[in-house]
Formats: sequence, structure tokens, C-alpha cells
Amino acid sequence: MGVEIKVDNLTKSFGKSLIWADVSLTIPAGEICVMLGPSGTGKSVFLKTLIGLLKPDTGSIVIEGTDIASCSEKDLYEIRKLFGVLFQDGAMFGSMNLYDNIAFPLREHTKKSESQIREIVLEKMDLVGLLGTEDKLPGEISGGMRKRAGIARGLVLDPEIVLFDEPDSGLDPVRTSFLNQLIVDLNAQIDATFLIVTHDINTARTVPDNIGLLYHKHLAMFGPREMLLSSEEPVVRQFLNAQRVGPIGMSEEKDADELEAEKDQDLPPLPPIPMQLEPSSGIPRRSQREPGGWCRDNGVTPPPGSFEANMSMTTKV
Amino acid sequence: MLKPVGTAGTLFAFFLDVLRALFRRPFQLREFIQQSWFIASVTIIPTALVAIPFGAVIALQVGGLIKQFGAQSFTGSASVLAVIQQAGPIATALLIAGAGGSAIAADLGSRKIREELDAMMVLGIDPIQRLVVPRVLAAMMVAFFLNGLVSVVGVGGGYVFNVILQDGTPGAYLASFTALAQLPDLYVGLVKAVIFGLIAAIVACYKGMNAGGGPKGVGDAVNESVVITFLLLFVVNFVLSTIYLQLVPPKGG
Repeated sequence: MGVEIKVDNLTKSFGKSLIWADVSLTIPAGEICVMLGPSGTGKSVFLKTLIGLLKPDTGSIVIEGTDIASCSEKDLYEIRKLFGVLFQDGAMFGSMNLYDNIAFPLREHTKKSESQIREIVLEKMDLVGLLGTEDKLPGEISGGMRKRAGIARGLVLDPEIVLFDEPDSGLDPVRTSFLNQLIVDLNAQIDATFLIVTHDINTARTVPDNIGLLYHKHLAMFGPREMLLSSEEPVVRQFLNAQRVGPIGMSEEKDADELEAEKDQDLPPLPPIPMQLEPSSGIPRRSQREPGGWCRDNGVTPPPGSFEANMSMTTKV
Repeated sequence: MLKPVGTAGTLFAFFLDVLRALFRRPFQLREFIQQSWFIASVTIIPTALVAIPFGAVIALQVGGLIKQFGAQSFTGSASVLAVIQQAGPIATALLIAGAGGSAIAADLGSRKIREELDAMMVLGIDPIQRLVVPRVLAAMMVAFFLNGLVSVVGVGGGYVFNVILQDGTPGAYLASFTALAQLPDLYVGLVKAVIFGLIAAIVACYKGMNAGGGPKGVGDAVNESVVITFLLLFVVNFVLSTIYLQLVPPKGG
């Protein structure tokens, strides 16, 4: 299933400083999207606006016919039950152990008996590989475990939309790739709409169906993974390939002199597009597209070597 | 320049939110009991220790003055009035704000920067109803009882100092209790204590929930909450005392 999120003309500023303006995009139901952007471009602000924790200045966010930007507090609390959110540090309640943390939404919002709750909690803890740590307090476990516990808590209410705020920050590469696999498997299993906010390119290149790029106070591009990975657009190209040559500088934007100086430099060729990460069960996800399908439909020639198995950029395990 | 006005406005709006959430079910009884116990446990002993010198100082001061007028037999009455009407609620409120309020602000502030409050809202739970209301009610209840404690300990301390140090007669001290003081003095003391408890808890919760900018933000929030509470308390105390003295005629007159 999953639910579509329709964002229209969203603008947000804090006081006089504009965060981003006129962001319009539709996050398709049941697909995995990644929102990318250099540090400090308001990716987390975007995510918090989507759940109604921050009010945008203008624009609308429509989920199942309700506009989050203008609806009443009561409707907002209702619509939030559709969401599962993973915060950057897991945001576990420090005074409760992991079991109570994960059981918390069930105890608050459902009339399930303790034994039913126990069943669901243990199932979700097993899913994220945390069985046996039920009695630990959030302060006693590592950051990676807190993140996984955060995912488990976000999933107990069977959400239609799952948001991840930098799931890969502060994790080692191995854990990151396990986490990415977990995200893909989860999507295959529950068919919810996923939005991942990150600046890890490896995640962005292999996990999602769609990619969006926030840059310089606006949404530079949003579309299917292959469209962005084969794009010649300077910002997109620079960011997705982690290059120094391009419009993004150390402090937000390069000035005219710097751009002039590198005008004649040859851009390195686009690296090949990796295969998308597949569910570990081997059964394709419902929203998964055929590799190279978008390129073929739109007459774009993918960079040489694309869609080959065992490429170095894949995080397949 | 208008920033303080805006802050006062949002603080008041926060108070109204708390007021509204007060009537929303289910009431968080567990959290209320835990918080009451916590606030009581951090304030009882300091309050008692503050109340003894408070009562003693008043007894010494008033006793000395009153002796010059030749009205020693009224010492008890004057110190009872001062302790119950003024010293009790103020000492209570300072400790509720200093010990209880700072702990509340630190607790909520650290939850805020760890995004726990955001997570709670996303899970469809209103932190005001869940966390703030029980804390505010707990602070009010503890203030009510602490005020009684301060009154008893303060009057007792005054008695000891008057009788032992100033050679007052025990009988005159006790007998004159009701010469000037009357029951409404006790009521206004209790009402004040409850209002001060409310202010201390509201300010602490507001500051804690609006902490920002990492661990330093939490420290700032605690600091500001204590300072703002103290300022508000003395202003409100002045206003309440003035109204009371206008409304209730003094017994002697």
C-alpha cells in the first residue's frame, strides 16, 4: 500500500534566513525516495516539516486529502499515526528500557493485551536484530543499536510512511550497508512509502527508486534514480559523484572567480550506474523498476559499464 | 526591542495550552505521583533548613522593634503574621523554583535536544498533556504542603529564639497568636504558595521545552528559568499582597 505525499510550493524560513523556497514534489506511494543535499541545506528541516513539527511559511503538504501545513492540531495528531520516523540519534526515551520504548506506541494507541504487545515488540526487535537487549536502557547501547531500536519503534504501528533522518550518520560502512539492506527488505515487506534524508552518496546511488537534491535554497532536481545518476546537470553531477569541480563550494556556493578558474577543467566522466539493491529474499519489491528501464524509455545512454553485477559501487552483501 | 513582549506572550500562550491539556483524559497519574515524590524529595530538607533561620530572623527583628514600643506580648502575633503571609509562600516558592524547577527544566531540556519530545509528538502524543501537566500539578501540590511545613517550622523557630534569646514569655508568645492574625491570613498564604508553585513549574517547563542548541542550551534554559521565576514571584507576591490587604480588613483595626 503506502500513501502518496504531495508537496506543493513549500517555503520555509527561520526569521530572516530562508531555508528553502518553492519546493514542489510528489513522493509516490510505496516507493523509496532519498533526499540529498550538502550539509546545512535544510534536509532535516524538510523532514520535520513533512511531519508537521515545523510549520512552513507557504505551500501545502497533502497526505490522504489532509493538508498538514494548515490542518488543526487534532487532525495532525491523527495523521501522524500513519508515520513511522527514525530520528538521527534514535530519540529513544531515556527513562525506559528498549522493550518499553518499542512497546510505547502500542500501549498508547491500541487496546492490545500485554501478550499481543509482547509478540509484536519481539517480532520487530528480531527484524532489526536486537533480540536479547530488551532490558537495556538507551544510554547503555551503541549509536547503531539506538538507530535500529528507533526503526523498530517506528514500525510497530504498521506505518504507511516511514521517514529516516540520516540513518547512516555515525555508522561504520559495514553497519551502513546492513542498514541499507534492512531498509530495502522492510520496503519489500510492508510496502510503505519511504523517505530517507542523507548525504551518503553510496546509499543514494543504490537504495532508492527516486532521488531529490536540495541545493542553494531550492530543490535542484527530483526524479527516478537513473535520471539523476545519468544527469549532466552540474550540481547533481558534482554531488552524486562527490567531485570538487562544480558549483558547490566549501561554504555553500563558489564565487564567480572560482568558477571561472575551473571553467576549462575537464569533468571526469560519469561513473557507471550501479544496480539497485535488491531485497535479500530475491523477490523484487512492488515499486522496483527494471535496471536501465528509465534510460531506455527516455533515450538516455547510461554511462558505459552501467547495470553490471559485482560493480565496486554496489553495497551488495 | 519588542522581543521580551513576544516572549511573555508565548509564555502565556504556553500557560493556556497547559490549562487546556489539564482537562484532557487520560490523566497521567503515574507520572504525577512520580514527579510529586521527586519534587518533594529534593525540596523538603532544604525548605525546613531555610525556614528555621527565616522564622528566627523575623522573631529577632520584630521582637527587638516591638520591645521598644513596650508591646512584647504581641511578638508572637507579629511573627506569625509575617511567617504565614509572606515568608512561608516565598521560601516555598524559592525552593520549588530553585530545586524542583531547575530539575524540571534540565530534564525537559535534555529530552528536547535528544529529540525525544519530537519523537513523542510524532508518535501522536502531546508532551504538554503527557509531561507538563503532571509536573505542574505536582509542583502546585508540593508547594501547598511545603507551605504548611515552612509555617510550622518558621513559627517554631521564632518561638525558640523569642523565648530563649529574647527572654520572651512562652505563654505570651502563644497566646498572642490570634491577637492580630486571623484565618484568612492562612488561606492567602496557601493560595500564594499554590500560585507560586504553578508559576515555577510553568516557567521551568516552558524554558525546558524550548531549549535549543545542544547541551549549552539546556544549561541556559535552567539558568533562565530560575531567574525568570524569581522575578515573576516577587512581582506576583507584591500584587497578591496588595489585593489581599485591600480586601481583608486587618483584625486589629
